[in-house]
Amino acid sequence: MAGVIARRARKQRIFRWTVLIVLGVFFVLPFVAMVEFSTRDSQTWPLLVDWPALSERYPALAEGITNSLLQAALTALLMLVLLVPTAVWVRLRLPRLRRLVEFICLLPLTIPAIVLVVGLAPVYAWVTYFLGGSSLTLVFAYTVLVLPYAYRAIDAGLSAIDVKTLAEAARSLGAGWGTVMWRVVLPNIRSAVLSAAFLTVALVLGEFTIASLLNRTNLQVAINFLGKSSATMSVAVSLTSLLLAFVLLLLLSLLGGRRRTSKESS
Amino acid sequence: MAEAAATAPQTVARRPRLRGVTSLLGTVPFFAYVTIFLIIPTLVVVIGAFAGNDGGVSLDSIKTLGTDVILDAFGRSIALSAISALVGAVLGALLAYALVTAKPEGVLRRTVTAAAGVLAQFGGVTLAFAFLATIGLSGFITVWLQDTFNINLYENGVWLFELPGLTLIYTYFQIPLMVIVFLPALDGIRPQWREATESLGGTTWQYWTRVAGPLLAPAFLGSTLLLFANSFSAYATAAALVSQGSPLIPLQIRGALTSEVLLGQQNVGKAMALGMVVVVAVVMWLYALLQKRTSKWLG
Repeated sequence: MAGVIARRARKQRIFRWTVLIVLGVFFVLPFVAMVEFSTRDSQTWPLLVDWPALSERYPALAEGITNSLLQAALTALLMLVLLVPTAVWVRLRLPRLRRLVEFICLLPLTIPAIVLVVGLAPVYAWVTYFLGGSSLTLVFAYTVLVLPYAYRAIDAGLSAIDVKTLAEAARSLGAGWGTVMWRVVLPNIRSAVLSAAFLTVALVLGEFTIASLLNRTNLQVAINFLGKSSATMSVAVSLTSLLLAFVLLLLLSLLGGRRRTSKESS
Repeated sequence: MAEAAATAPQTVARRPRLRGVTSLLGTVPFFAYVTIFLIIPTLVVVIGAFAGNDGGVSLDSIKTLGTDVILDAFGRSIALSAISALVGAVLGALLAYALVTAKPEGVLRRTVTAAAGVLAQFGGVTLAFAFLATIGLSGFITVWLQDTFNINLYENGVWLFELPGLTLIYTYFQIPLMVIVFLPALDGIRPQWREATESLGGTTWQYWTRVAGPLLAPAFLGSTLLLFANSFSAYATAAALVSQGSPLIPLQIRGALTSEVLLGQQNVGKAMALGMVVVVAVVMWLYALLQKRTSKWLG
């Protein structure tokens, strides 16, 4: 019996490493290729870190980068302002609405972005009429796009604490709803809020569909446009934006891991 | 005293209802927002697909879905999604199984799972450029193969910008997604089941075909459907790569949105969008069914 188990363990080890190496090569190759491709012209990387020179040489790219960063920050803000009070409020006062809110928040998962943009086009005609055609107006659409991911993160955070007891305790000590939200609930779901914000930033930095079809500029639209004139530069910017998104998402998974371990130890 | 007793229940009865109304006020911002930016756009697509050009109800736009161009695009979209989902599911399941045989809390499994979580989100324009740098006409691998082995990757035409190329690129985000969604099911397989099979004289082959296979089949199928929906909805990668023609349904929608639309064809984009929603909704519904079946044994 022991021989069988040892033989199986060895077989599994061989299988494991074969699969990991073959797929590992497939997944690492594009990154190696991007590094090699973007270093063919020695000017590329120095130019990318030199902001004034970059914005002079590629104004559209610089505009896309600024737009995307602003969009990411504003979307995260709007998402939190919209979602956190509503989620808390529904849990405390309207538990019967919880299923409905959850359904609405998860709805964008079944509606592809390309479909959403078809319906958003007439809505954005009004947005442009009232607020102008600035690229920052995309924040409204992006908030809908990140709703499922952000809702799940925040809902998980709220499930982990006893919101009702906390709120009742604070209220009985004379706190208003604002204080309950800001000083009692929010500090308790800090890591959930942080992961929702990280996910939002990562998704917004990678968004292309809605921006390009509503004729607005962001990082991805700029990269796509740049690809037609300077392939090297666009690959370099792609690599940078990817690494940025990866760092954000890896921080996120570390955050999740730490939360889990801290719960286990307590 | 009698008066007070008569009025007291009324005030008690009225207060909860009043509180209910004021409570609802707290959700007004959220519902107003999703109405404008989620519900109305959805209704625009659904209603627009059935609207005539004069504003009345008409099936003209839906009927154009039956034209050859659009049917072909749907067919290609479905073929691309199905093939990339199948390849992604098989390779992803192999990788997931490789992880299950490793130490549960080991570095290897933690690293690969974290990487899969990140790579599953990798899509869009940057993925297209990553592959252009790799196997584009002057890409790293293309040049290397040409220089060292004198192999021309594109001897029989440039397939990167067509369905084979797109399939290859889509598997890049499908495999990691499969690892994420299939790993929990594999974790649900108990070692006792294998031991039970062996103590009854079963072979490895019998274990996989009679015990583990049937148990994992709903989870595998469900995950494959999720992968299908994932690549069916993808737009950006294809949009960045394919600039000539509109072989896929999302690209047809792009054409309907951006080009000068022919008179009498304003709502065709909406009809195609509705078609996409129907496909995704059916697939997700089947996924939910299979998910329920999976949780019976492997939950």
